[in-house]
Amino acid sequence: MISRPYATARRTLGIADKLLEVNWGLVLLIAIIATGGIAMLYSVAGGHFHPWALSQLSKFILGLFILVIAATIDVRVWMSLAYPAYAIALLLLIAVDVAGHEGLGAQRWIALGPVELQPSELMKVSLVLALARFLHGKSVEEVSKPLNLGIALAMIGIPALFVVIEPNLGTTLIIVADGCALLFLAGLSWYWITPALAAIATAVPLAWRFVLHDYQKARVMTFLDPEADALGAGWNITQAKIAIGSGGISGKGFLNGTQSRLNFLPEKQTDFIFTNFGEEFGFVGSVALLILFAVVIFYGIQIATGARSQFSRLLAMGITLNFFFYIMINGLMVMGLIPVVGIPMPLLSYGGTAMLTVMFGFGLLMSVHVHRQVEIPRHSGGII
Amino acid sequence: MPLFDKKDKSRYATFTRRSLGLGGGMALVFGILAGRLYQLQIRDGDQYMTEAEDNRINERLLAPPRGRIFDRFGVELANNRRNYRVLLVAEQATEGVEQALETIGKVIAISDAQKKRVLATLAQNKKFVPVPVAENLSWEEFSRINMHLPYLPGVQPDVGETRDYPFNDELVHILGYVAQVSPGDKKNDEDPLLDIPGYRIGKRGIERQYDDALRGTAGASRVEVNAYGRVIRELGHDAGVPGQDIWLTIDHDVQQFVSKRLGNESAACIVTDVATGDIIAMASTPGYDPNLFNVGISPDQWKDLTISDHKPLLDKVMSGVYPPGSTFKPVVALAAVEAGLATPDYRVSCNGATTLGNHTFHCWKKGGHGTLDLEGGLKNSCDVFFYETARRLGIDKIQEVALKLGMGAPTGIELPGEKSGFIPSRAWKQKRYGVAWQQGDTMSCGIGQGYVTATPLQMALEVSRIASGRNISPRLVHMVGNELTRREVAAPLDLSEQGLARVREGMNQVTNVPGGTAYAFRIAEPGFEMAGKTGTAQVRAYSQEEHLRGVTKDSALDWKLRDHGLFIAFAPVAQPKYACACLVEHGAVGHPQVLMARDVLLYTQKRDPLGMPSAYPLKAASLAGSPVR
Repeated sequence: MISRPYATARRTLGIADKLLEVNWGLVLLIAIIATGGIAMLYSVAGGHFHPWALSQLSKFILGLFILVIAATIDVRVWMSLAYPAYAIALLLLIAVDVAGHEGLGAQRWIALGPVELQPSELMKVSLVLALARFLHGKSVEEVSKPLNLGIALAMIGIPALFVVIEPNLGTTLIIVADGCALLFLAGLSWYWITPALAAIATAVPLAWRFVLHDYQKARVMTFLDPEADALGAGWNITQAKIAIGSGGISGKGFLNGTQSRLNFLPEKQTDFIFTNFGEEFGFVGSVALLILFAVVIFYGIQIATGARSQFSRLLAMGITLNFFFYIMINGLMVMGLIPVVGIPMPLLSYGGTAMLTVMFGFGLLMSVHVHRQVEIPRHSGGII
Repeated sequence: MPLFDKKDKSRYATFTRRSLGLGGGMALVFGILAGRLYQLQIRDGDQYMTEAEDNRINERLLAPPRGRIFDRFGVELANNRRNYRVLLVAEQATEGVEQALETIGKVIAISDAQKKRVLATLAQNKKFVPVPVAENLSWEEFSRINMHLPYLPGVQPDVGETRDYPFNDELVHILGYVAQVSPGDKKNDEDPLLDIPGYRIGKRGIERQYDDALRGTAGASRVEVNAYGRVIRELGHDAGVPGQDIWLTIDHDVQQFVSKRLGNESAACIVTDVATGDIIAMASTPGYDPNLFNVGISPDQWKDLTISDHKPLLDKVMSGVYPPGSTFKPVVALAAVEAGLATPDYRVSCNGATTLGNHTFHCWKKGGHGTLDLEGGLKNSCDVFFYETARRLGIDKIQEVALKLGMGAPTGIELPGEKSGFIPSRAWKQKRYGVAWQQGDTMSCGIGQGYVTATPLQMALEVSRIASGRNISPRLVHMVGNELTRREVAAPLDLSEQGLARVREGMNQVTNVPGGTAYAFRIAEPGFEMAGKTGTAQVRAYSQEEHLRGVTKDSALDWKLRDHGLFIAFAPVAQPKYACACLVEHGAVGHPQVLMARDVLLYTQKRDPLGMPSAYPLKAASLAGSPVR
């Protein structure tokens, strides 16, 4: 391994160098997927740019700028910002519970001047940053020490608690999954992992009994037997399956999806956008989309394993896993394999905050890539 | 402290190992997603495709135009006219449906009952379904609605089609009417048309008998609907098959004359073509306006129809059953000739009464008619002659001839609800009453009383068969669509021509020889003379005492107690062409039925619909579209 002080790297990488170092192939891939999403928003609006496609396009372009800017910022700067970002996200999260307004039965949004913000979205990235920084300083043995583990779990658990009382089950799951995955990657001992898995298995029935809201329980019940209430709560799942299934092998063609255009699909522009994709482009198109997603994730893993600092590696893998969890939960949900939880499909679903956080996440990933040669001592806290 | 040490290396190795492990897990999840897509889109794709189409496409039934009904010269007797109506769409009524109805009520008159009905219908349907508020509006009302439309949110003016009977009550008992489908109608009829809101089916007459042909086949509009059922666009349109037109044997001109001639009497009159049995006119008065049933009859109007003692709802022609009275005497006379009893030398002497055991049978003429031959018996309508003749004949021979002349069984006219009169037999009486047939029974039958009954239609058939000597049946429908109904030449009756000729001669004497019972009402114009037979159907039984005192004049009795007047006739005498049967209930005073039949037969002969060149389209197809008047 070539050992180079970070000062050297800093000297050798100018802005132009960094832009050249950006993995433009990955950016192109992301742009292709996002374009597909915008096309779907154009389709579900009945062939109109309003009200969704144009707005989404502008958010995506803004997101591209954010991605490139984030990519050129030294990964150590991000490391320095990790804890403050986490603290701000946590404060906003608490604020939303106090002052946020409700959307679709859940309190998730906060108005910051003209910008409507979903703090739980910010928290996902902030938590990855903060945990990556915390775990960066811990060796494999140290990670499994009760104190360190306790701190890490608190970092995960406190925001998770505030998100779950919003209530937003889907995001809570992703936050917890992201956090736990990072602990796992940092080398958490199997002596902790095995009993934890066992504990989760026993906790699920208890959560059902005491934690879940009625509408969340209804979603689970509906999932288990959607046809029992095909016109009520089972509507989403039944109609989503019909939409995807009716696409067949090659789909009905762009703009020819009937399920969404005729409003058989609720939330067609957000969580259920993939169903329209499946309906219009069929098995061939859907699998192609999955492959594009898989390639993005492959790039993510490659970037993570190719980075020379534990912070970079954890950050890159955390971002990649976060992206993956979105795809997994949304995909399983719209195809009727898990209950409906409010999780959008990244890059496809309509939503400004989600788009910008996803793009910012890719920016961080790209920053890791651009600064992959940067080595950071175990006890460093960044460069600011 | 070195920047990097073994601990770093070990955790990099762990990280890479576990990353690849997670990568494998992620690949597995993608595999599951792809597998699920395979399941949904390829394995079950067809099924979901069907479900998506079911979601998307609604079939809406379209009612085809109902077939029209023409007379034999192409006059439209039933057609479809524009129905100006006002519909209300609940979801567009921004101020609420009650307020909307209130506002409509200021523009056109709508009753509270109507409002209630509309509110109930609105409640049963989805909010975007247009519900009729008022139908059959005048053009003036319709214009007013259109003018006020900007102030009537949710109101839709609409032009539909509705059945129309331009001649109102003139043909009601032939045509019948259409009315809304009742739940009972749907039980035995699976035609999807019946499910269309506001659809009307034939309930009586031709409208009912030929309902299937007149209806046509339901069309359909395939429309794309959204999740809420709102129509987005039409995908396909099948207009269905229009109902078939029906051509009747009726000549509307004669029909109109008959109908007007009967006026407000409680009466029935039939005019037939004696050679074919085709019915040229057929009226039962008073009638009623069939349009009422289509538009919706009010309870008061319905009550008036049901309580009237003139029974407007009853088709007296084929559903009214009466004792044929003396109009039955030609049947007995014919039986007497057939049995070899009434030879040219056959004579019966009438002194005003005849006895059987201790019962006296009176002739209508006090003092009697003296000695009469068969023709004389008919001419004078001598009761004693026919009492005596019937007694000698026996009921069996009378029954046999009566049946051959079309009595005692339904005539098979193409209308629903035909009743049949009755010709008794020995076996019947034994079975029915457990008592043997008596000679007295035969004698009563000899003058068309007792157990003998007939509908005016059966009497018309009787006289038509006597006039033509052919085994004809009444026929009302000439063509259904482009298909001609049966029209074979009727075979001669299984009766001797000699007997028929003698009966015709007897009937000729009734009207054309001085002293005949209807001589005063004869047709005097040469070439148009008619032959006929009068009749009186007793409404009540005369008591022995009344006979001794002298029969009370009918004119002194209440209308309801007066006898029914009957008359059967054919013309011209020399070569019979038209026959007529006429009944006036409680009309025995002044013989209105004879006057009617005379006027009708004279009018018919002068118009001579059978001789008109355009009578019956020869090529149905070429004429169906362009009726000849």
